[in-house]
Amino acid sequence: MVRLPYVTALTTLFSYGLLFAFGQLRDFFRKIIDWFKSTSKDLKGYAPICLGLEDFYTRRLYLRIQDCFSRPIASAPDAWFDVVERYSKDNNKTLHRTSKTSKCLNLGSYNYLGFAAADEYCTPRVIESLKKYSPSTCSIRVDGGTTDLHMELEFLVARFVGKPAAITFGMGYVTNSAIIPVLIGKGGLIISDSLNHNSIVNGARGSGAAVRVFQHNNAPHLEEVLREQIAEGQPRTHRPWKKIIVIVEGIYSMEGELCQLPEIIAVCKKYKVYTYLDEAHSIGAVGKSGKGVCELLGVDPADVDIMMGTFTKSFGSCGGYIAASKEIVQYLKHACPAQLYATSMSPPAVQQVISALKVILGEDGSSRGAQKLAQIRENSNFFRSELKKMGFEVLGDNDSPVMPIMLYNPAKIPAFSRDCLKQNVAVVTVAFPATPLLLARARICISAAHSREDLLKGLEVISKVGDLVGIKYFPAEPPKHGHQAHKKVE
Amino acid sequence: MLSAAQDLVYGLLPTEEAEDLGLGSLRRHHHLGFLISDDEKSSYNYLKPGIGDLSSDVDLSAFGLGLEHRRYLLAFFSVFGVSIYFGFFCNTLPSFNFKAEVMATAVMNMTTAALDWVSIAFDAPLARAVVFGVHIDGHLVVEVLLIAVILFQLTRKSYKPPKKPLTEKEIDDLCEEWIPEPLHPPITEEMKLEPPTLESAAGPHTVIDGKEVVNFASANYLGLIGDDKIIDSCVASLEKYGVGSCGPRGFYGTIDVHLDCETRIAKFMGTPDSILYSYGISTIFSVIPAFCKKGDIIVADEGVHWGVQNGLYLSRSTVVYFKHNDMTSLESTLEKLTRGNKQAEKIRRYIVVEALYQNSGQITPLNEIVRLKEKYRFRVILEESHSFGVLGNTGRGLAEHYGVPIEKIDIITASMGNALATDGGFCTGTARVVDHQRLSSSGYVFSASLPPYLASAAIAAVDHLEDDPSLLTTLRSNISLLREGLSDLPGLTIASHPLSPIVFLKLKNPTGSFKNDLELLNKITERALKEDSVFIVSTKRSVLDKCRLPVGIRVFVSAGHTASDIKKVSDSLQRVAALVLAEHI
Repeated sequence: MVRLPYVTALTTLFSYGLLFAFGQLRDFFRKIIDWFKSTSKDLKGYAPICLGLEDFYTRRLYLRIQDCFSRPIASAPDAWFDVVERYSKDNNKTLHRTSKTSKCLNLGSYNYLGFAAADEYCTPRVIESLKKYSPSTCSIRVDGGTTDLHMELEFLVARFVGKPAAITFGMGYVTNSAIIPVLIGKGGLIISDSLNHNSIVNGARGSGAAVRVFQHNNAPHLEEVLREQIAEGQPRTHRPWKKIIVIVEGIYSMEGELCQLPEIIAVCKKYKVYTYLDEAHSIGAVGKSGKGVCELLGVDPADVDIMMGTFTKSFGSCGGYIAASKEIVQYLKHACPAQLYATSMSPPAVQQVISALKVILGEDGSSRGAQKLAQIRENSNFFRSELKKMGFEVLGDNDSPVMPIMLYNPAKIPAFSRDCLKQNVAVVTVAFPATPLLLARARICISAAHSREDLLKGLEVISKVGDLVGIKYFPAEPPKHGHQAHKKVE
Repeated sequence: MLSAAQDLVYGLLPTEEAEDLGLGSLRRHHHLGFLISDDEKSSYNYLKPGIGDLSSDVDLSAFGLGLEHRRYLLAFFSVFGVSIYFGFFCNTLPSFNFKAEVMATAVMNMTTAALDWVSIAFDAPLARAVVFGVHIDGHLVVEVLLIAVILFQLTRKSYKPPKKPLTEKEIDDLCEEWIPEPLHPPITEEMKLEPPTLESAAGPHTVIDGKEVVNFASANYLGLIGDDKIIDSCVASLEKYGVGSCGPRGFYGTIDVHLDCETRIAKFMGTPDSILYSYGISTIFSVIPAFCKKGDIIVADEGVHWGVQNGLYLSRSTVVYFKHNDMTSLESTLEKLTRGNKQAEKIRRYIVVEALYQNSGQITPLNEIVRLKEKYRFRVILEESHSFGVLGNTGRGLAEHYGVPIEKIDIITASMGNALATDGGFCTGTARVVDHQRLSSSGYVFSASLPPYLASAAIAAVDHLEDDPSLLTTLRSNISLLREGLSDLPGLTIASHPLSPIVFLKLKNPTGSFKNDLELLNKITERALKEDSVFIVSTKRSVLDKCRLPVGIRVFVSAGHTASDIKKVSDSLQRVAALVLAEHI
């Protein structure tokens, strides 16, 4: 967990206070200028699109550093990619693309297994499927949107994750937000980890079920909440809950932490509640054969009622799946709005997942899958331990390819991001609202496509910039490597 | 009733008696008000000398104070007595009137006697006690006591039943007893049905179970499935960018083709800017909550599809539905919401409509909507999933069809999975509208971006449409050809707009339940597929869908269909409908 130093908290709060004060001042002058300029009467009678301070954060804080986000790229998001250079004539309010690009080390994409770029096994098959099936079916799954590719993928996914059946969707976000309301409704209770992804939050909200939150990754607190809720029943009527679903993620994308799955499953089994595991970031990325957190932490997939995952990350495609018992899948196929109203998953993307899964399973006739899995684990653990040695505050667990580096102060967000980019390393920085206000961070995603030289180059740049920006919150360990890095800076 | 009771009190007690009892003062001090009468003044005057002389004449003052003191108690007892009487009177009206009267008098007399006694008992020992020049008498004692009691009561905490938290054992038992419902309802035969599996592209002709069929189930309106130019652009894109984008738009998931595609669509639509979403259905249900928050007003058509319904629900705004495609209903709804409501001007107001309703095949009268929107100052969110690339002379959608300037429509959303034969969706409007979504729209911010090859396909499709608007002429002539062929179907009637590429056939005599209707329709579609190799589909309704419009068969017409395809589907429907609906005509 994050331990926010007292001084840092104070300086961070002060920085935000200053930004807020200046923002208010600018708003004040903007109002006066607008009042003089106001000529258009067309909008009279309409309430503004954003009321009052609703977009204050965007206008006065985000826009100043918006060049650190949404950087366009002009190639596949492989280990190295081409970042398009942008310029602004109005203090970052609008950014314009140039035709210039710079080759950067990619430490930001969720390309865990390196399937993002053209692959010797996948790409020819994808192109073949594209020619055979076209990019789209223009139809929903239950009408004319089911091709034999879709059926093949569903069998393969079920086999891969170790569940009897599976169902696929064209988008990961929709998988969560459209499935949860079908499984549970009014009179039901969803107990959600406090750091769950927005798609789960929206799905839970859309379901009409009551939602309670338990402390992030804290099984004893989950038990406490469960006991209280089962004993109390529904609010006001005190009727027993119809059903309770506990929703957790395999790897929390902003924390890099693995789910405490064995403990949580034990609690859920004890209280007869259902479990819903979102493996968006963990499927394919962790576990000896890439089967996700269940494999890594030794949990039997049969103990997890609903296993959800996406194809966007490790498999380099798009879409999502739900793997569960045969009956649940039959019910979902019949009732889920994302099956009945949404265009089915694009056939070439389906083929990409099938091919990637075959490579991972070693069914392509090579050992590339196993190599990739070994590579990502080795890369992640090497990078994490090196970062820690340098004195960065790195969150998350070993084996997880996601590693956030804490930045805290708002000024350090653009400084870190821009300086890394200057030295051709592309990193992701995350701030409010994706994280709590005080806990801004940079997030590194390691890929199996990174070579050892790539990682060393990344570490060198991050270390240099880290010294410059002042985010080595812990004392560096004294081994040789750290010393050398230090000398270089001097 | 109250005045009756009042009269009764006065009727009951002769004035003198009332004065003797101190009822006069009672009336004055009584808070119920209705007891005050003309008698009040005189009785007050009668009492006054007694109080006034209290310092000089002990006896008199004792009497006077006694009266004063009695007044409090009497007030209480009298109210008590009156309420007893009142209650009695109400219950027994009117036969026991006399009896009640006697009883009330008796109660009054008894109370008076008791009070007299209490006063004397209090006053007697203290009659001459003076401490520091203050007479200590019954009056003071009672008042001090009363104050003490009031203070005592005020300082005490209000009564709460003692909380007994459940013991661990009890919670254990409760947890043990609790039996959750299963995650899914019982599986019916209907749920076990698998949809037909296509073995080739979903073009106008496709292969199901090894048999070539005519496909009227795909919304491939422009016939772009299998188009060489589109496939070529996809291949180029796949080779350059790979399949997935491996990241959300904010974190290196923005690829230059995404930006190109956004510009291309905005240019095509004649809007300042547009924004891409990675899935058609997520577009609308992310856009609505991005603009409408709690407290805002949304007026929506009752026939909108599930994606819109979900968006409306997630926005937590106040949603008011109007009758499906009924402009008078819309106008009266808007009128009701805004008339005399000064607050309404300060909150955001939106009208949400579908350009072409996929639930009915109807087209929304945009000119009327624009007139009403301007009159009542609402913004419009227009869902164009099935009309983009279909309506209008050059396929620019509903605004072009009605000749409405595009600026008049605030927000347009559409899925690209229909006419453009790719996937994903977009939203277009002013730069303000688009930029706002880039940080506030959850489906945009929190989802991986559209696979770049699908964005390339969208660009190629828009180019194709702009270069060759004759596709639209073909589509339109196909629609009218099909409508002609289906005009006199047994038991089924065409319910869609003449320009709608979804030809919506509903039952002439519905059975009265969705389920039975659907069963009949499914029988038709199944037989058409099996016996005539014609692939048509019926409406699907999820358990979550709140739309209550009638179900029907949807025939999706494409520009790729030939006259013989259309003849095949009309002949098949004629034949099968006659067989299946024989009893329902």
